Amino acid sequence: MSTTVEASHHSGTGENYLTAGYGLKSWLMTTDHKRIAILYLLSISLFFVIGGLFAVLIRIELLTPAGDLVSADSYNKLFTLHGLVMIFFFLVPSIPAVFGNFLIPIMIGARDLAFPKVNLASWYVFTIGGLFTFAVVLAGGVDTGWTFYTPYSSTYSKTAVGLTAIGVFITGFSSILTGLNFVVTIHKMRAPGLTWFRLPLFIWAHYATSLIMLLGTPVVAISILLVFLERVFGIGIFDPALGGDPVLFQHLFWFYSHPAVYIMILPSMGVMSELIACFCRKRIFGYSFVAFSSLAIAVLGFLVWGHHMFTSSQSIYAGMVFSILTMMVAIPSAVKVFNWAATMYGGSISYETPMMYAFGFLGLFTIGGLTGLFLGALGLDVHVHDTYFVVAHFHYIMVGGAIMGYLGALHFWWPKMFGRLYPEAWAKLSSIVIFIGFNLTFFPQFLVGYLGMPRRYHVYPDEFQIFHVLSTAGASILAIGYAFPVVYLIWSLVRGEKAGPNPWNAKGLEWTVPSPPTTFNFDETPVVTEEAYDYSRPVEGKVV
Amino acid sequence: MFSNFQIFPEVASSMASKVDAFYFFMIGVSLFFFTLVVLLVTVFAIKFRRKSEDETPKPILGSLKLELIWTIIPFILSMVMFAWGAVLYFDMYTPPADAMNIYVVGKQWMWKIQHPEGNREINELHVPLGTPVKLIMTSEDVIHSFFVPAFRMKMDVVPGRYTTAWFEATKTGEYHLFCAEYCGTEHSEMIGTVYVMEPGDYQDWLERSAVASKSMAEEGAELYSQLGCNTCHEQETGARGPSLVGIHDRQVQLMTGELVKADDSYLRESILSPVSKVVAGFAPIMPTYKGQVSEEDVLKLIAYIQSLSYETAPSDIEATESERTE
Amino acid sequence: MSNFHDGVVAHQFDDAEQQKETVNLGMWSFLITEVMMFGALFAAYGFYRFKYPQAWIEGSNYLDYLLGAFNTAVLICSSLTMAMAVHAAQHAKRKQIIVFLILTIILGGVFIGVKVVEYADKFEHHLVPGHNFSVDSPFANQVELFYSFYFIMTGLHALHMLIGFGIIATLVVMAYRNRFSEAYYAPVEMTGLYWHFVDIVWIFLFPFLYLIGRG
Repeated sequence: MSTTVEASHHSGTGENYLTAGYGLKSWLMTTDHKRIAILYLLSISLFFVIGGLFAVLIRIELLTPAGDLVSADSYNKLFTLHGLVMIFFFLVPSIPAVFGNFLIPIMIGARDLAFPKVNLASWYVFTIGGLFTFAVVLAGGVDTGWTFYTPYSSTYSKTAVGLTAIGVFITGFSSILTGLNFVVTIHKMRAPGLTWFRLPLFIWAHYATSLIMLLGTPVVAISILLVFLERVFGIGIFDPALGGDPVLFQHLFWFYSHPAVYIMILPSMGVMSELIACFCRKRIFGYSFVAFSSLAIAVLGFLVWGHHMFTSSQSIYAGMVFSILTMMVAIPSAVKVFNWAATMYGGSISYETPMMYAFGFLGLFTIGGLTGLFLGALGLDVHVHDTYFVVAHFHYIMVGGAIMGYLGALHFWWPKMFGRLYPEAWAKLSSIVIFIGFNLTFFPQFLVGYLGMPRRYHVYPDEFQIFHVLSTAGASILAIGYAFPVVYLIWSLVRGEKAGPNPWNAKGLEWTVPSPPTTFNFDETPVVTEEAYDYSRPVEGKVV
Repeated sequence: MFSNFQIFPEVASSMASKVDAFYFFMIGVSLFFFTLVVLLVTVFAIKFRRKSEDETPKPILGSLKLELIWTIIPFILSMVMFAWGAVLYFDMYTPPADAMNIYVVGKQWMWKIQHPEGNREINELHVPLGTPVKLIMTSEDVIHSFFVPAFRMKMDVVPGRYTTAWFEATKTGEYHLFCAEYCGTEHSEMIGTVYVMEPGDYQDWLERSAVASKSMAEEGAELYSQLGCNTCHEQETGARGPSLVGIHDRQVQLMTGELVKADDSYLRESILSPVSKVVAGFAPIMPTYKGQVSEEDVLKLIAYIQSLSYETAPSDIEATESERTE
Repeated sequence: MSNFHDGVVAHQFDDAEQQKETVNLGMWSFLITEVMMFGALFAAYGFYRFKYPQAWIEGSNYLDYLLGAFNTAVLICSSLTMAMAVHAAQHAKRKQIIVFLILTIILGGVFIGVKVVEYADKFEHHLVPGHNFSVDSPFANQVELFYSFYFIMTGLHALHMLIGFGIIATLVVMAYRNRFSEAYYAPVEMTGLYWHFVDIVWIFLFPFLYLIGRG
């Protein structure tokens, strides 16, 4: 998008958002969306490392069929904490809270989000929720699984369920506040000329994501509060002894938690559209189909929660309704994949690191999506439900999809955020290592799942061992792959080559401002006169 | 550790091969689309790689025709998947009328199983080959899930209600039984073995393993009189409770005028929470037996009530005789 | 961008008009999240209401519908005084703003006072779930379930009112310091929306909890 403002005239020697203040207070009291994004980046990176450590312990334990590394109790706590931390403290906030926060105002030509103080508050709420989670670990952990199924969570578990429930309840509000801020910002803060159909698809994806955060999170918050009340005060509505229905909890829980899957994957899809357009130098094929497919996913995503409960004794006919809706929600995802592939046709494709992640995403997300159909198909789900097949499927979506998108975004916008370039060769190498490690970790889990290995098993029959050995081997490669970027990205902050405003010759308002941007992003409000990704027009701030 | 390497689980029930056929269809469709996407991406990535830094590719906005094609074809395929899956699902959860009942109670962390003949087992299930078996299941504590991979069969076992599932074993052997719904510390040890036997062997096993020579219904009959059920539930007119003879799985009319089927769940509810659904013409005076009877006892009582059909030879069951004083 | 730093229009907005629209949309979005939160509770309530109709009626009959009706009237009055406060704010009538806001708090306080009396009564009559609950009823268990809903729903509602008191008290201080003008009264208006929402929740709670047994 070219603008009437010649924003690239910033010399880059002037003050930017990073140098606008140095004290701890200037960070902790900031209302600048970019600084809050950095706060989130630090927090979720910490949680990613913690969640990853839990995963490492789980994988080592599963190397042998017997429970020889940790006790059954510890194992249950490990997978519970792995799920809790990765979902509520890494995946849900990852792309929205870091890149959405950083980029949405710049991409739409605004000086900040609609409610900067609310934005800061959301980070504090998130941090308080995080502290509760640390407290849970100190209190001996929690063993309900991240799904909190009643009556185990409300009555039988002997662990710190109450503390965890409060932590998750609080963290939910940070998500609500972020979603609210994004919806309002996208509606009301767009620069002149920036109509809905000129918006980058990243914005569309975040709009759909935010709607889910707004509508879904309150429901899971209240459900988890109900578990807390039942457990701590005995005010119970799920207790079978009183005629309460424990399966009702599952309905309430999945009403949010299925859409939450789309909270995790939609932003990643938005990132893909940006990466593919940039590295193919082409407008996204079928822009409006890709845009509306995000909304379709958000809306349909609210109608399919019952597919987590095909074996829960819900009625056969309810199962059928949920199954047919689940099949439908797969269509917009398929439409996206085909449109991205078609975008490449006739493009000018280069293979920089972010594009490597986009390639990886396309393959892995396709596998994740297709295996989702296996689980949506009633007769087949009965067999694979609650087995490693499910574990493999959602890791293909969550790690293969969401984290590939997150890493793609990190490499794509790193120069924008910090004004430095990272060593391309190392970055490319690590993307390949991650891709190989990921597949070796999770592909065997499809096989062992169909064989019947249930999930959340501390010990397992011998014949499943070979798959777990492969999986653990893959996980070690994956861990190494994840360690690389930590090193070279930090290195780049000090030694990296200076990035100009537009190192990728990309279109989009964020590439018209200096890297790193100034506190208020634009000296003057830009006026947008062209469609998104119009690479047929000259690119501003082009590196020659 | 590599000795018994396999990719597909044993096929040991009438449903297993049907599920596998569907699985292979799904793999076929998935492979087709996966290959298509990978092929397109790879070919485009190579063919349209950037040849010079100044390239400006010709913009292509989109194509309605293509959009329709890749919306409609996946849609049709997904509807096929839905329909196929739904038919299987319906069959899986609709037990044939002639299925033999086996009762399952899950608790942390074991499976307690009882056969109508009275035989009890823990973490083991012996079944005859080629006979449809219907499982009537409940839990004493948290939610469990009864999963036999070789039968492609799984059903949650939920406290406070009965869930049912069925299978017909087609191959003798020993198969894994797993708890598939996370149920606490020793979830992964809530496992067992299903033994599929020739019907003759199964009969032998029943006789061999019988502890007492009482069937479930007989045990139920004993409980029935111990608990004093017979003092009210008589067949005479003017009795304080409705007669239970022939009531199992029949329609009954409630005080509210509503018609309900007196199935296992209704009978269970009527024992544990008697006044919830009182039969028309009777006062809500029955005390609750919650806390006095275990889930296993309730199942025995139901087995007994089920045996009280008009056709039952009265001499078979002692307690019946005192009932049938017409 | 003439208003860039005049204190009334925040830096991220171009003008007062944009700021007003944005704040409005933000508040409505927030209220939608509240609707979803209470909606989940109402859905669960409805599920059991149809499963255990008799127990629900019985549970409802133990509640004092006169107190409930009184509280409904009080709350409707407080909505009126809140609306008057917003009206006063639109016309920058400082004194009136303060008076009506304080009246709103007083009426809300009466509501909470009655609620405290009702809660105390439930404790006395062993109608508090998980706290030696006992009713002489064949449906005792399900009545306990009803009372779980009663305490959770009215408790969450009362919590919203207490939060409202805090916000309104802040507004009183702001009004006292003359912070509002004809151009800037959004905080009062938004609090008004919040307060009306809390009232509407009660308008649903009252019949669902107090009146279902009295058809």
